[in-house]
Amino acid sequence: MLTGKHLRDSFRKTTRTFINVLPIIVGMILMTSLVVTVFPEQISSGLFGNGDILDTLLGASIGSIAAGHPLASYLLGGELLRGGVGLIAVTALLVTWVTVGIVQLPAEALMLGARFAVYRNIISFAAATAIAFLTVYTLQFLGLA
Amino acid sequence: MSDENVKKGRGGWLFLALVLFAYALLGLVNPEATGQALTFFTHVMDQMLPILGLVFVLLFVANLVLEPKRIRRYLGRESGMKGWVAAVLGGILSLGPIYPWYAMLGELRQKGMRNALIAAFLYSRAVKLPLLPLMIHYFGVAYTLILCLYLIIFSIISGIVVEKITPQKVE
Repeated sequence: MLTGKHLRDSFRKTTRTFINVLPIIVGMILMTSLVVTVFPEQISSGLFGNGDILDTLLGASIGSIAAGHPLASYLLGGELLRGGVGLIAVTALLVTWVTVGIVQLPAEALMLGARFAVYRNIISFAAATAIAFLTVYTLQFLGLA
Repeated sequence: MSDENVKKGRGGWLFLALVLFAYALLGLVNPEATGQALTFFTHVMDQMLPILGLVFVLLFVANLVLEPKRIRRYLGRESGMKGWVAAVLGGILSLGPIYPWYAMLGELRQKGMRNALIAAFLYSRAVKLPLLPLMIHYFGVAYTLILCLYLIIFSIISGIVVEKITPQKVE
């Protein structure tokens, strides 16, 4: 049963989480605004723009290395999309951002075992690229892309 | 607030300060580009504010209803199909940084939790319920639904594959 104390504690916890996340959100929006304004063409034609397969591997690699809040990946992905990067590459970035953790790998290896952590991340990377293609092809098949 | 939370909070503010510093530097070199970037930022924030409000409400509800203990109860060794459902749902509903969850999963494995369910739990964390409104805002409803469906399917597939590659000793 929910008590007043439970409600207050949950509200405090949520507020604390939100206050911690807020500067990251504002910072990410500021940073992506800067990058998109200053380097709009370099983003789409410089790093990306080498075909679906290479772009997807690049997107998946960026997502694997990144360690920020998932919100940041949506912001970055959305801006990359507006900058002309393909949806498959952006999807790979979004998925690996939250399923592959190069930065977290030492912690995962420590707590769940090195063999488990390494194989899980490799499999997650492969799965993310498959999901990226499947999602976009499904959208196209359904006439929604 | 714990030390970890304090550090995390400070890290976010430090990050924001660094970005503002970059803006200040660019403002000195190229005021026009800085102005354009700030206009773009204001435009994005205008669209973002109502969504952030919704995210706050969803986080509040999740904090109110879910506790790690409750998720832990349904991830035992002999859980069968229930275990898969619990692992995927637990992953979807698990909030916050990944590190406490590694610790919890490590503890559960010592008590008999399958590697397959651990991998499924970790993969299904990619479905972030409180952040769905933001994802829909950026990528659309159809995209979000299809992506989430594939994430759930692949969380099970990756669980099965991980278990095949890293089998556990049965005592």
